[in-house]
Amino acid sequence: MDNKEMKRSFLSAQVDVSKFNASNFEKATDDEKRQQDVMGESTTFFKDGMRRLRKNPLAMGSIVVLVAIILAILIAPHFVPYSYDEVITVNGQRDKTMTNLDFMCYSDKELAYMEETGEDLFPHIFGTDGLGRDYFIRVIYGTRVSLAVGVVAALMVVLIGIIYGSVAGYFGGKIDLVMMRIVDIIYSLPDMLIIILLSVVLKEVLAGKLAGTVFSRLGTNMISMFIVFGLLYWVSMARLIRGQILTIKNNEYVLAAKCIGTPNRKILTKHILPNCLSVIIITTALQIPSAIFTESYLSFLGLGVSIPLSSLGSLANDARAGMQSYPARLVIPAVIICLIVLALNLLGDGLRDAFDTKLD
Amino acid sequence: MAKYISKRILLAIVSLWIITLITFFAMNAIPGGPFNKEKATDPAVIQQLEARYNLDKPLGEQYRLYMKNLLHGDWGISTKSGRPIWNDMIEKFSVSAGLGLRAAVIAIIFGIILGAIAALNRNKLPDRLIIFFTTLGTAMPSFVLATLLLLVFCLKLGLFPVFSSENPNYTLPVIALAVYPMAYITRLTKTSMLDALNQDYIRTARAKGVSRTKVIFVHALRNALIPVITYVGPMVAYILTGSMVVENIFTIGGLGSTFVTSISTRDYPTIMAVTIFLAMLMVVANLLTDIVYKLVDPRIKLD
Repeated sequence: MDNKEMKRSFLSAQVDVSKFNASNFEKATDDEKRQQDVMGESTTFFKDGMRRLRKNPLAMGSIVVLVAIILAILIAPHFVPYSYDEVITVNGQRDKTMTNLDFMCYSDKELAYMEETGEDLFPHIFGTDGLGRDYFIRVIYGTRVSLAVGVVAALMVVLIGIIYGSVAGYFGGKIDLVMMRIVDIIYSLPDMLIIILLSVVLKEVLAGKLAGTVFSRLGTNMISMFIVFGLLYWVSMARLIRGQILTIKNNEYVLAAKCIGTPNRKILTKHILPNCLSVIIITTALQIPSAIFTESYLSFLGLGVSIPLSSLGSLANDARAGMQSYPARLVIPAVIICLIVLALNLLGDGLRDAFDTKLD
Repeated sequence: MAKYISKRILLAIVSLWIITLITFFAMNAIPGGPFNKEKATDPAVIQQLEARYNLDKPLGEQYRLYMKNLLHGDWGISTKSGRPIWNDMIEKFSVSAGLGLRAAVIAIIFGIILGAIAALNRNKLPDRLIIFFTTLGTAMPSFVLATLLLLVFCLKLGLFPVFSSENPNYTLPVIALAVYPMAYITRLTKTSMLDALNQDYIRTARAKGVSRTKVIFVHALRNALIPVITYVGPMVAYILTGSMVVENIFTIGGLGSTFVTSISTRDYPTIMAVTIFLAMLMVVANLLTDIVYKLVDPRIKLD
């Protein structure tokens, strides 16, 4: 039989060798290979989100404000020679005329001292308070405390929420049912009331036990606030993470990982949690202002940080007594609280718009 | 539906019970009893007093008695005034409730109106202005707003008299309480209104020739209001806790300021009673919110 003569069926998938010659099978030259190079960097999820975030003027403005505040609270204590709990002394003597100074003012004794020695004293940028303490540095430390409380509380909430939510969501079934009933109950407790109640109680209970430890400087109120945050506030985070995991765990790649015998822990940490990352980051960013809100509220009720430490809330509360004569002392911490909360809220919204592509 | 409601009621009862547990045992964890004074009292007198208030019994028994009294409407006796707490609490609460109700009504009405305006003028000047001010409103703690209002309008400008029982002027305290929930409702209404306006039935209604006003009010707004219902529960909680500082700042003798005073004077029975009372209000508000939410919109599936 002559192959050449055989008629090809039009449905045949066989390659017609006659159409090729030797040149078709030569190796590609370097020039040709270069054509296959990727022209642009491939974009990652993170880069894509950051690009969208950079286009959002409100979010970028918030970042600028936050960075400025953080720089201020980190740097200012290094060049302001006063401390937050120090009644200012001139030449080793307590200065009675020092109290309630106006912005950038010196007391009479300070002026006399400067005249005498020719030395320049550091100005009191926001004046001094009723006890003669430099108000600027008190505000700086107050901002430090408020921000630190917000960040630590948010991280705590996130950590507990992630662990609890991911366990409940991933294992499902009876475990999930029991765990979510507990969440339901905690969720229905009025958090603010319980915070106030426990602050009152823990203040009394912990007062003796903490004396002399590292925590005593922080004060029982702060500790009790963290305890309450750890006990109550993680529930909404846990619910969120559980919901995310319920949808993600049905994906094929999780099934594939299970098939090749990946241990549960690794599936959770390597395959599932990274996919919830955007939700986690956004909620954390929005959790910080709510913690700052709570702290300032408690401080305002007199249940916040212990004296002489100050937070923005307690500064505002202290300033209430003399607010008619010295309104600036009330307005400054109030404005800073609003700025921080506003910036974090806007940043959180911006992050959501940039990273959570599902929400449109 | 009946199953859902009974489940929700059960959950509410359980959480109320847990609240009484927490408050009772937390209060008893505080060292020192109510009769420990600086001045040494005769041990026999203390013993008699403790027997009278059942403080000599074991803690579990005390809790049982406290709950029994509570369920019979006996909220205990204030260690500061020596009078039954219930009467004082209800009297003070009527003041707080008046304040809170006004704030809630204003927040809901203005929130919905502003939210609808913002949604209908999307990305135009009114929308931008409303969103700017609501963002500002959610960033301002109630105590900051209250003190600033007091400072500017009462003390500096003298537009409003300082609050007193003879001359009660609720304007500033109500504003201080209402701004945050109003801002929240505005944002909620705007989002859900935009969502509703994009629905097919809106286009259908317009195509059928229904007037623009009718479409907005009957077709869009009514559906847009459903998510707002969910906020009523949290709003009650916010107003009740917010009124603690607002009442304190404006020196209104309501339940909130009583609570704060009892914290600073360590009047533990009053703290307990007020906590349980407020918690009851919040839990019931949340319960009703959930049930009403489910009733108005059969599409919603809650598990």
